[in-house]
Amino acid sequence: MNLLDPFFLEALVNGILLGGVFALPALGLNLVFGVVDVVWLCYAELVMVGMYAVWFLHTQAGWPLPLAFVACLPIVAALGMLLHLLVVRPLLTSPPINQVLATGGVLFVLQGAATLVFSTEFRSLGVDMPPMEVGEVFVSGTKLAAFCAALLGAAVLWAFLKFTYVGTAIRAIARDREVMPLMGVDPRRIYLIASAVGGALAGLAACLLVVQLDVHPFVGLSFGPITFMICVMGGLGNMLGGFLAAFLMGLIISVGGFWGTTEFSYVVAFAFFILVMFIRPKGLFAR
Amino acid sequence: MSAALQPPGAAARAPGEALELAGIQAGYGDFQALFGVGLRVEPGEAVGVVGPNGAGKTTLLRVISGLIRPRAGTLRYGGRDLTEVPPHALPGLGIAHVPENRRLFPHLTVEENLRVGAFTRAARPQFEARREHVFELFPRMKQRRHQLAGTMSGGEQQMCAIGRALMSGPKILLLDEPSAGLAPIVVQQVFELVRRIRQEGLTVLIVEQNVAQVLRVVDRAYVLETGRVAAEGRSAELAADPAIRRSYLGGH
Amino acid sequence: MSGFARDVALLAIGVVVLGAVPLLSPPDYAMHVLITMVLTALAGTGWAMMGRFGLVSFGHGAFLGAAAYTMALLWNEAGLTPWLGIPAGILVAVAIGMLLAYPAFRLRVVGHYFALVTLAAGEIVRILIVALRDHTGGSLGMTPVQAPPGQQFLAMQFDKTGFWWVALIAWAIGLLAWRLLDRSMSSKALAAISEDEDAAASIGIRVTREKMKVTVISVALAALAGALTAQYRQYLNPESLAGLGISLQIVFGAIAGGMYAAFGPTIGAIITIGLDEALRIGFGTDFTGGAPLVYGLLLVLFMLFMPRGIAGLFERRARPATAKPAAERATA
Repeated sequence: MNLLDPFFLEALVNGILLGGVFALPALGLNLVFGVVDVVWLCYAELVMVGMYAVWFLHTQAGWPLPLAFVACLPIVAALGMLLHLLVVRPLLTSPPINQVLATGGVLFVLQGAATLVFSTEFRSLGVDMPPMEVGEVFVSGTKLAAFCAALLGAAVLWAFLKFTYVGTAIRAIARDREVMPLMGVDPRRIYLIASAVGGALAGLAACLLVVQLDVHPFVGLSFGPITFMICVMGGLGNMLGGFLAAFLMGLIISVGGFWGTTEFSYVVAFAFFILVMFIRPKGLFAR
Repeated sequence: MSAALQPPGAAARAPGEALELAGIQAGYGDFQALFGVGLRVEPGEAVGVVGPNGAGKTTLLRVISGLIRPRAGTLRYGGRDLTEVPPHALPGLGIAHVPENRRLFPHLTVEENLRVGAFTRAARPQFEARREHVFELFPRMKQRRHQLAGTMSGGEQQMCAIGRALMSGPKILLLDEPSAGLAPIVVQQVFELVRRIRQEGLTVLIVEQNVAQVLRVVDRAYVLETGRVAAEGRSAELAADPAIRRSYLGGH
Repeated sequence: MSGFARDVALLAIGVVVLGAVPLLSPPDYAMHVLITMVLTALAGTGWAMMGRFGLVSFGHGAFLGAAAYTMALLWNEAGLTPWLGIPAGILVAVAIGMLLAYPAFRLRVVGHYFALVTLAAGEIVRILIVALRDHTGGSLGMTPVQAPPGQQFLAMQFDKTGFWWVALIAWAIGLLAWRLLDRSMSSKALAAISEDEDAAASIGIRVTREKMKVTVISVALAALAGALTAQYRQYLNPESLAGLGISLQIVFGAIAGGMYAAFGPTIGAIITIGLDEALRIGFGTDFTGGAPLVYGLLLVLFMLFMPRGIAGLFERRARPATAKPAAERATA
């Protein structure tokens, strides 16, 4: 086969762009899981709420799109904090299964609430940027913009974790939570901050997804499972690993879809995940 | 005290307050580790708590830091009842705890470990100055500031752990088995460091199994056995006590 | 021993009594709800077999789907009677389960990771069903071919009364399996494993083997429930027989009822199906989304305030919900 086949190149480029979009929610999930040690099974549904927020503010309330984007972040961040305070915090000492199931309950609550409020109709933002042509390869302008925004978001997150006191404490607490009070760190506060940041990342992911996908109450199921897998494959607390895993999964899906069907590519991606869990349960890029 | 070693804000390092425990009972679940322990550390003093494994030494420090709440007894620092204070507020009161096994953040660099140590609001503005001070105390840390803490030797990790505790600008330092797991020569170095730290005016409470070494560093010591204070006294007296020599110093 | 005999006798009496319900000639709708409840209870019982020992699967939908589609495809394309198709479907599901579980247990994939592996496996089965649309009808679903007149029994296409009996017997098999496991050594071994795998291994418990045993039982029961559900509805679709949605519903039913008691998942099925139907009737289409909302809310409340489920209320000794004390043991 010809590796310079423009369609193959297009699949490669799309895979990388897709990976960028997967990366954000996977990073957010990774952050919350790593810090609070609770899986937010409803993470993709937080993204769904963010997508509705943008759609509603822009098409119903008439806000300019950038303003709707900006508003989406604090809305979902607040939702993340609420989720932590109402559901996760009371269950911090419960067995993990109880925690996961409670956030799974929230998944149904959010899906149900979205159905009640917005019905099951598919809602579209109706914005599209013209495709760009690089050589013989066409790249969707929307996807490229979303990709760049994802990179930017990840860079901001990285700087926050690397250079601030709270960020450093977040990275520290992921490995040793018991010792943190001795540093003057109130773990409960760090958990709340991590939940807010995790929510904000879901909000950012929502902004990037709502321009590419129609939003409906069950849209989370289409990218939720893959997000969990990327998060785990990258390795907990390993930002770079999460990023690489996102690109890997994006490439598998895009290139797999080039050779076979989209479904086939998802099967390969999930099977790959299972294999990784068997061989390197601490993640592909565990140190 | 040499001027070079003068820590920033040392003038503010007033002698601090007395730490006072009385009748402390504590444990885990059904297991009781401490049966009415009393202890007092005066400002500027260095006090040791020695005793065999399982005597309750670590539990005692964990009670002081609020990691375990006592079931009975009083725990005061100055005028304040520490059992009312959440553990994360203690560094703000000037109490720093270097935990057993050091508990560094192995995947963070030395400098990042120090930054976590300076997490409290009061400590943040002092970060640069205190970090330089720690680097003066432990020049090795300066060389390794960008190295991951988990990749250092045991002795270096102990220095880093003590450095991390100093970043909060404590008045009293609680040290839990600083010599554990270290080679004899490194143990010597660590105790030398403890000596220097207390010369700076820090109050030190140190828990150790290495009785011979610790008695050379501290002013007074308590002997803890099965959760009770079996003996206490000035270091020199304890070192001379035949019973203690027999049990802990390998004397005959 | 006598306790066991008594329980079996009670179960038999229960099945006979419940089996007589159609004699009261209840409305079709009531029978429909009852059959759905019993089949859901069976799936939940299967899931809880593993769940109660800390083996939390988010992919049990896959086993429902694998068995149901195997059975339906064998009937539609090879004319094999569901009486043989169901065992074949169960075998396929068990084979998938073992293929997944063996490496997972050997390589000690536990906790969250196990849940995610099963979640991925469930998605794979769902996507495969969709992808094989030439045979399965994809996401539009498929219907088993109607049996020619006089062959309804062979095709297992009964009226509601017939299905009620089949479902009851299947449900009783599930409870019997639970009871049998409980009185075997495996139950104690599995309890020890879920407490502390290393300690269990150190006292000679064959960890992988015991886990495999309970997995096979659990998968087989779920598969039976899936095949019967498909056969009862005479309609199969990937969303309702495989994938994350149905997997979570199974889990939630079992949890709400209580996964530590044999009757827990049954209670859970009564609650979840009852709630679904009540909301559907009470609010109709104006309240679409109301069911999952209430359902999810209940689940959160259960986890917060009643983590052992409804059945937990009837336990003689109230065991604390948290398995391990939060504080780690320090070396004093």
